[in-house]
Amino acid sequence: MHHIYCPYCEETREEEEYSYTGEAHIERPKDPASITDEAWGDYLFFRSNPRGIHHEMWFHAAGCRRYFNATRDTHSYQIHETYKMGELPTITAKTIAADTLAAQQGDAS
Amino acid sequence: MSQVNRLATGGRIDRAKPMSFTFNGKTYQGFDGDTLASAMLANGVGIVGRSFKYSRARGILGHGAEEPNALMQLHKGNATVPNPRATQVELFDGLTATSTNGWPNAEFDIMQWVGIIGGKLMPPGFYYKTFMAPQKMWMTYEKFIRKAAGFGKLSLEPDPDTYDKLNVHCDVMVVGAGPAGLAAALEAGRSGKRVIIVDEQNEFGGTLLGSKQTVDGVDAAAWAEQATSELAGMANVTAMPRTTAFGYYDHNFLCALERRTDHIGPVALAGTRQRVHRIRAHQVVLATGAIERPLVFGNNDLPGIMLANSVSTYINRYAVVPGQRCVVMTTNDSGYQTALDIQSAGRTVVAVVDSRHAPDGRLVEAAKVAGIQVMAGHGVIEAQGGKKVTGAIVAPLDEAGDKVTGAGKTLSCDLIAVAGGWSPVVHLSCHTGSRPVWQEDVAGFVPGPTIQNQHLAGAVAGEYGLSQALNAGIQAGATAAGTECAQVFNCGDESEGAAQALYLVPHTKPISRAPKQFVDFQNDVTAAGIELAAREGFQSIEHVKRYTAMGFGTDQGKTGNVNGMAIVAKALNKSIAETGTTIFRPAYTPVTFGAIGGRDIGVLLDPARHTAMHPWHVANGAEFENVGQWKRPWYFPQAGETMQQTLNRECLAVRNSVGMLDASTLGKIDIQGKDAREFLNRVYTNAWTKLAPGKCRYGLMLKEDGMIFDDGVTACLSDHHFLMTTTSGGAAAVLAWLELWHQTEWPELDVYFTSVTDQWATCSFAGPNSRKVLEKLCTDVDLSAEAMKFMDYREGTVAGIKSRIFRISFTGELSFEVNVPADQGHYMWQKLMEAGEEFGITPYGTESMHVLRAEKGFIIAGQDTDGSMTPYDCLMGWAVGKTKTFSFLGERSFTRPDTARADRKQLVGLKPKDPTVVIPEGSQIVMDPNQPIPMDMMGHVTSSYWSECLGHGIAMGTVKGGLARMGETVYCPLADGRVLAAEICSPVFYDPKGDHHHD
Amino acid sequence: MKKYSGFSLFKHSLSHHENWQAAWRSPQPKKQYDVIIVGGGGHGLATAYYLAKVHGITNVAVLEKGYLGGGNTARNTTIVRSNYLWDEASKLYDHSLDLWKDLSQDLNYNVMFSQRGVLNLGHNLQDMRDIERRVNANRLNGIDGVVLNTAEVKEIVPVINDSQDIRYPVLGASWQATGGVARHDAVAWGFARGADSFGVDLIQQCEVTDIVTEEGAIVGVQTTQGFIGANKVACVTAGNSGVMAAMVGLRLPIESRPLQALVSEPVKPIIDTVVMSNAVHAYVSQSDKGDLVIGAGTDSYNGYGQRGSFHVVEHTLSAICELFPMFSRVRMNRAWGGVVDTCPDACPIVSKTSIKGLYFNCGWGTGGFKATPGSGHVFAHTLAHDEAHPLAAPFSLDRFNTGHLIDEHGAAGVAH
Repeated sequence: MHHIYCPYCEETREEEEYSYTGEAHIERPKDPASITDEAWGDYLFFRSNPRGIHHEMWFHAAGCRRYFNATRDTHSYQIHETYKMGELPTITAKTIAADTLAAQQGDAS
Repeated sequence: MSQVNRLATGGRIDRAKPMSFTFNGKTYQGFDGDTLASAMLANGVGIVGRSFKYSRARGILGHGAEEPNALMQLHKGNATVPNPRATQVELFDGLTATSTNGWPNAEFDIMQWVGIIGGKLMPPGFYYKTFMAPQKMWMTYEKFIRKAAGFGKLSLEPDPDTYDKLNVHCDVMVVGAGPAGLAAALEAGRSGKRVIIVDEQNEFGGTLLGSKQTVDGVDAAAWAEQATSELAGMANVTAMPRTTAFGYYDHNFLCALERRTDHIGPVALAGTRQRVHRIRAHQVVLATGAIERPLVFGNNDLPGIMLANSVSTYINRYAVVPGQRCVVMTTNDSGYQTALDIQSAGRTVVAVVDSRHAPDGRLVEAAKVAGIQVMAGHGVIEAQGGKKVTGAIVAPLDEAGDKVTGAGKTLSCDLIAVAGGWSPVVHLSCHTGSRPVWQEDVAGFVPGPTIQNQHLAGAVAGEYGLSQALNAGIQAGATAAGTECAQVFNCGDESEGAAQALYLVPHTKPISRAPKQFVDFQNDVTAAGIELAAREGFQSIEHVKRYTAMGFGTDQGKTGNVNGMAIVAKALNKSIAETGTTIFRPAYTPVTFGAIGGRDIGVLLDPARHTAMHPWHVANGAEFENVGQWKRPWYFPQAGETMQQTLNRECLAVRNSVGMLDASTLGKIDIQGKDAREFLNRVYTNAWTKLAPGKCRYGLMLKEDGMIFDDGVTACLSDHHFLMTTTSGGAAAVLAWLELWHQTEWPELDVYFTSVTDQWATCSFAGPNSRKVLEKLCTDVDLSAEAMKFMDYREGTVAGIKSRIFRISFTGELSFEVNVPADQGHYMWQKLMEAGEEFGITPYGTESMHVLRAEKGFIIAGQDTDGSMTPYDCLMGWAVGKTKTFSFLGERSFTRPDTARADRKQLVGLKPKDPTVVIPEGSQIVMDPNQPIPMDMMGHVTSSYWSECLGHGIAMGTVKGGLARMGETVYCPLADGRVLAAEICSPVFYDPKGDHHHD
Repeated sequence: MKKYSGFSLFKHSLSHHENWQAAWRSPQPKKQYDVIIVGGGGHGLATAYYLAKVHGITNVAVLEKGYLGGGNTARNTTIVRSNYLWDEASKLYDHSLDLWKDLSQDLNYNVMFSQRGVLNLGHNLQDMRDIERRVNANRLNGIDGVVLNTAEVKEIVPVINDSQDIRYPVLGASWQATGGVARHDAVAWGFARGADSFGVDLIQQCEVTDIVTEEGAIVGVQTTQGFIGANKVACVTAGNSGVMAAMVGLRLPIESRPLQALVSEPVKPIIDTVVMSNAVHAYVSQSDKGDLVIGAGTDSYNGYGQRGSFHVVEHTLSAICELFPMFSRVRMNRAWGGVVDTCPDACPIVSKTSIKGLYFNCGWGTGGFKATPGSGHVFAHTLAHDEAHPLAAPFSLDRFNTGHLIDEHGAAGVAH
């Protein structure tokens, strides 16, 4: 049962107030007519679906009705951050890997 | 019956409150404070049931959640509950219980002979190896297997009780009110934090209640009472006994089941029987304790073999000694406490049989001082008896406990108390995906690392001593509450000698030949079975679990799992840590379905939405149809009418005079902003740039895959203000869809969306006389055909109410829709009915609406489309803008190879060859009805009705390449053998030129 | 392979069951195989079995990161039926149903396929239209099915609530009498034992960490047990397909979601068939052991945690108590979750990829169990011939670019 911080309401609320709306940062092609069927199919259906850090959209359906983004671990279900539409994540699989590496090196030294 | 095993004094029972109960039809007496199990033991009840597979006689093993055997059929009639454990059922006067297995009864059971004779043929997996031929026979075999399986029975009557839920938040949630939990809650409570503490038992205290130790000089039970009353005095602490935390979900969400009335009677006399608390906690302290393990030896399942700690609990807490002559089998010091308890209860301890060769320490010495015989370096290798234990075969063991090293001898006894070490209750800690880890020094699995805000205290973390638990508890409480605490508890000398990690007591015979050595009592899993599984290649612990069913019972292996894992490990020559554990899932103990469902049943299963006019519809005899969450009038039958007669009457009224439909359920979205028009251009297929204020337009909305998603009429109220209507069922999805695109892709557009579905009530009245009706009530709008054209919108006053008036039509007739604020909807409906009376205005429902629109070939999104239809497939290319500058949602998908095919299924009209026939909706369409199966299906009938005004059946359906097949004959082969022929035609059956709605 | 039978049981009982052979070997991986199947679940094992049995390709390894049959095979509610809406889907599932009928004898392993029938309830007029449409399509495709009214449903399931005054009354149902349930673990073990008997190497605790290509063609896989070579690698890794695809830089039209299920405590027989309801999100059958086996809905979010959110279970049990008011007093014993790979059209992908020698069999969503034999059978053909089996051809990856989706949402929704 996720407990999700809405960056617009600035409150942490129950999962049941939200609906999940898929991978974040997928931009609609600017000129759909000019792209191939493959590229259009990719935009429509193909997703990165990682096991681990995922940037995804949630909709505060029973709250402020705003869509926002979350950086969530799809395995541990830990939510690392939520951020507004139009913003970029500050935590990514890369930053986490770097932090982990730094922590390990810290342990070793 | 006298309570033969009841002590004259002591225990936490109230001898002044006797209670009678029946078990298997016999009446017994117990006392207030008893569990059903303690009362049964007090009365000398031995056999409580029969085992699952071998139908062996079984007695009570434990005293709480771990009990695998004593599954009861509780109560009678519609109150009956299958499978609660007698050890967790509080006694009340008049309680009735029976065994769940055994025929004719548990005492004299016929099936045991199947077990005795067939047992050899029923090793784990035997059913995978046989009953294969002939295949047809499997279900016959299965019928017998099914009958024999299962425990209790369900009533066939509905549950007489109700259940509810509470959502609660707290700073610190403490699970378990034993010493560690109480200490944690006290400390967190004193800090002022909001604390919830729950315990599955009827009173707080856990092991303290049956303990002879002291806490800072106070008797353990008295200390528990003090702690409980201190907690009760704190306003910030919610203390809930009889409440089991059964699930631990992500982000510190816990669910707890409170049994509110089960201790009082079979059904709740008032209020709810049980309640689920849905708890969101900042910090969680797990103080769930540990469960004693039995030992695995021959015939270790006989009634009269019990967990040592349970024997002590029955003596100290319930004043019941479940035997006269007791052998204690132990691998550690705790068995000695039980021996001392038995002796001080005045019964005979035949011997303490200790697998350790040189036990020493405080308790061992105390036992010796008390004159109890200690047989060190020995084990009970086999129990003797039929329906009850009569003796224990005791033999010397080697130091490792691997082998029998000498001749055994039989000790006569009627009770064997077994102390095989402790298993921390790690269950809740697993629920969020954390894996328990084997800890050698506690010889048990303890909770593994977790990302939850979770703290452990006491036996769950392998801290078994009383002061250890208390001190760990108070520190965990402090950490969870963010305080510091220097308090240290003193419980006197608690020193114990080292325990031996022994799980299976060896027999003189190899495991495969020894008398059955049970690991999982409830599922009749034996050591030999586990060994066989390993031999057959089932080497992962999960495989062993699945092949043998170990741990699959209603006790989820609380007593048996670790022993089983140890036996697997040994068979595979691995350590227990390498073998690992299976993972526990919710629920910790079983939870009533009804409690999880809560109040969301009956009319509350899903809220029903009613329009403002609903009371009128009810009063006027409407039949209703569920459309999404709405209750819509389906048709308005009059006395003596068949449904078809009603529909004919309603439809003709519209065609000939005037009829009225409650259209309030259509979704209404208010769209404002200077870019509203541009936004509509992007989400609809057609162009909105030129739609003038006071005009309406029909629009089709697609998903990006080009398929129709919703449709409706949108009115331009002013240049920057539109009112969009959607289908009744699609309103919420459409609003979310608009918001999605606005917020994620086009935030630069100045546009705002507001759902106003519930704010407006809509009376839609259609027919040649509809204008006359409206003219009677509305004088400030020129309603003439010239002044207010088809698809016009006006604001005006109708029956004295400021209204929005639309001249739009879903019937093909002259038609108006009047929108008024919802609280005036009922009034407006009545006024229109009154005004229409002279024209015979007829209310009609969704079914006639469907007929009328089908006569006109208008689609219903979701009935005539199914998510695989483009506008072109629906012959609605006219609704697609070809010159729009912005590539509207879905447009790009039209040119994909499959979407561009000419032979796609297209929505066409179907005119039955036999005019009296109405083709059933859902019929499949073929060109050649005589072809063999599988037939080449061309499409299906999406809508089909009797058209009274046309005098024949009409239908719409999809047909591959249908547009190019106009005039061809298609066939619908029905299940009843009929084949109905129809001609492909235009879907517009009525008034193809559209004269009527333009009148 | 030593044959299993009632006689063998009796014979082994005389020697206290001490001489049973292992059901399969535990071999060390070879350096090179003709085909590597990644994923030792039901579908992967079935693929290996039919590769060996039908196509004679036995130099095959099945690599399993955990234990055989330990993924969704171990976690599902075991419903078997073939009454899908679209021709492509119903033909594939019906092919599977045909294989189910003789599977126990074919494998010499009792998979307990029990044709106790499957009801799909309808609760509103559109449900009933959809049911009519689907059953008619099934009938003309040669798949058994009838439409029942409320009274006929009640006759088959006497404990169902047939009141018309409830929130979503039962208006009728589709009934496939040849559908039913099977013992999920036995299916994996039966196929494993069968494949092993042909010489297929089943390698457990062997996780594939990378898929190795050279010049756009497969050469093998890196695993936790070292490099293993093969020119054909088939990923049959439900719940991890996206992760596998990412190893070679591919993306799939798949999102992996939690799907929850639960069982009650065992009770005496009370329901004989499988009852499914899309509209109220619940389906139930009773196992031979007596548990009520209940499927809940899919959680809305991507999740590999093999657990979902509690409100999904609450919603399902509300619906169950509404449909079966006497089930209210039975108790939930255990709830769990699997990871289902969901496709946009609720149909699987059984397909070659843009990389030579790399194949995917995935995207079975919430209903892959019923397809186990059929999926393995057609996929083995695809692997053996490097060309799709005719029944598998519509399920290629291409369809997401051409738009030729097989939209089974109406038939699939939640319940399988």
